[in-house]
Amino acid sequence: MSRPGLSESRPRIAAINAGMQMGALALAFLLTTAILLFAGAPPLAAYREIAAGAVGSFDSFSNVLVAWVPLLLAAAGVLVTFAAGLWNIGVEGQIVMGAVFTTWVLRLLQESGVPPAVAIIVAMLAGMIGGGLWAALAGVLRTFGGVNEIFGGLGLNFVATALTLWLIFGPWKRPGVGSMSGTEPFPEEFGLPTVAGSRLSLWSLGLGIFAVIIIYVLLERTHFGLRLRAVGLNHKAAFLLGVPTWQYGLVAFVFCGGLAGLAGGVQVTGVYHRLIPSISSGYGFLGLMIAMLILYRAVWLAPVALFFAAVNIGSIQLPIVLKLDSTLSGVLQGTLVLLVLLVEGARQRYLKKLRAKVPPAPGTGHSPRPPAAAALPASGAVIIDGSGED
Amino acid sequence: MDATTLLIGLAGVLASSAPIVVAVIGETLTERAGVINLSINGTLLLSAMGSFAVAVTTGSVVLGFLGGAAIGAAIALVLAFGSITLRQSQVAIGFVLALFCRDLSYFLGNSYMGQKGPRLSVHPIPLLEDIPVLGTLLFRHDILTYLSFILIFAASWWIFRTRQGLMVRAVGERAEAAFARGARVNLTRYVYTALGGALVGVAGPMFSLSVKAGWKGTISGLDGLGWIVLAIVIFGAWSPVRGALGAYLFGLLQWLSVLLQPHLQQIPSQVLQVAPFPLMILTLLLVNIGNAEWVERVLAALPAPSRRLATRVLRSLRVVSPSSLGVPFQRD
Repeated sequence: MSRPGLSESRPRIAAINAGMQMGALALAFLLTTAILLFAGAPPLAAYREIAAGAVGSFDSFSNVLVAWVPLLLAAAGVLVTFAAGLWNIGVEGQIVMGAVFTTWVLRLLQESGVPPAVAIIVAMLAGMIGGGLWAALAGVLRTFGGVNEIFGGLGLNFVATALTLWLIFGPWKRPGVGSMSGTEPFPEEFGLPTVAGSRLSLWSLGLGIFAVIIIYVLLERTHFGLRLRAVGLNHKAAFLLGVPTWQYGLVAFVFCGGLAGLAGGVQVTGVYHRLIPSISSGYGFLGLMIAMLILYRAVWLAPVALFFAAVNIGSIQLPIVLKLDSTLSGVLQGTLVLLVLLVEGARQRYLKKLRAKVPPAPGTGHSPRPPAAAALPASGAVIIDGSGED
Repeated sequence: MDATTLLIGLAGVLASSAPIVVAVIGETLTERAGVINLSINGTLLLSAMGSFAVAVTTGSVVLGFLGGAAIGAAIALVLAFGSITLRQSQVAIGFVLALFCRDLSYFLGNSYMGQKGPRLSVHPIPLLEDIPVLGTLLFRHDILTYLSFILIFAASWWIFRTRQGLMVRAVGERAEAAFARGARVNLTRYVYTALGGALVGVAGPMFSLSVKAGWKGTISGLDGLGWIVLAIVIFGAWSPVRGALGAYLFGLLQWLSVLLQPHLQQIPSQVLQVAPFPLMILTLLLVNIGNAEWVERVLAALPAPSRRLATRVLRSLRVVSPSSLGVPFQRD
């Protein structure tokens, strides 16, 4: 993993890094503007509308924070699977299964006389288990069935969505007739307490921030995290050094699924108070995008996730105000991630050339790392054949 | 159901599977050269939308198809540049492109939603269309469907019977060895990524200008098909003929689910719509499980006759990917 500033202390390289990263942001902004002009839309008005929709009022900003929580949880989760060199595209379905399990347990407990606080805690734990199980399924398919986790996870996403629809229109349908508006809402006392006049729950906000801290410490400061990253960077070497590689992979899946399931639980208990067809809102895929955008460094997770949440919430009003499709948020986020990845490649290429010209100064001497080791080679190398186990 | 209805239904399966066949062959060519283009799902949507927009604006179906191919090749070139020249993860760039192009197609396609546009007309082939059974089945389609038939055999011949094809396979299997024998590894990968992308870009308009004519945004029913295409490439063991069979099998199952729908009232239609995905997982499981170590151990413990049978079944299903697939090549 490339860590600018850690291996190269020379200020010139730091300046190049900072300059290129700013350049990526500027390019992304230019490209989005070009796309807006191409679509015949006024770019400035669109940006102003997104900003106003995100931070224009207490109401809108509280909605940004509401969207921030599942993004924090999902992105923190996929950092764990990325560390192990795994592409957990199934994170979307793991959020859905978390929501399904949470709803299921709340339905069982709401009539049982259990105190609501206990019911909520048990239901959210059930959500973590649901997400974890769904992730474990993708992991088992990969480890023992040779099904690449990208396809396994993707298929399971669709299955989870179908299961939700079946539950909403079948066994859990509202009295009378099932509808796309979801299951019957739970009584108020079975939801997380919210800040007056908003949908924001300080409990879920705390959970999200706590999860990010935990993941940062786990990946960067523990022996487990070190070994997990060893598995991700060089599967064979880690195995030869005695790291139980496929077990670590499965643990990473379950860890990520648990956090994603918690995100689903938060959506049910804190936001919607029922199960709805699009309960995951695409937050799982956005979590993957955030992890790529921050180049898999947990430090940057919280601010970037906040920005993504703001763009998402800010775009909601676009169809009404400017007659633009709200998928503009996805276009903006996609451009950003794409250009950051491309500029990161250009940066590595440029630094390699620079190193080849200037021999390393004494004291800082180290052989230049091959660029292949820079951006998750393992996931690229083992994809498709899926022979994760040795 | 009488014989004529059945025959027309099967001809419909061949026509509606044609875009999938073309996309599968495009991705097969790309992966044979050692590059995974994970952006297919977005490429299909953006080329379907873009070609429809071109066709509506110019009134020309041909320009629409050319536009689709150009869009597909352009997206593939971004992937090639990022992964070959800049050496970033193919999976990362492909995945971002898949999401980005999908959202872009919905965003730009907003103003074309539900518009009436030109569509490809059916051209029965004189004389051949009168052959009993085969005439109805094979010779009453539009031009792109005929091309999809030809493409299956052309691609197969190119990959397995020509010197160029041999070189592509070498680049995808043993890049270093191919380089030592004089192959221009990265150039080959660029060319085949762009070519494969262009074919996927033709598959898009085969939907929006023919099979599912028009652009209906998120309800166009195309989202998700790209991932199926990627799975069929694996099922097809990176062979155009077996891949095309996979595509036809998929089309057949979709047709059957439409036929069976009235008899399965208690299953909501949303559930049937996702049926391809668990099937995809199951298929990938069947073709990959023969490679797993524990399966070999279980097989070894079986009594001889059943072991032989099980081994034969697993071996006939098993696929092995090009060994340099997804591995960047460095000349140093």
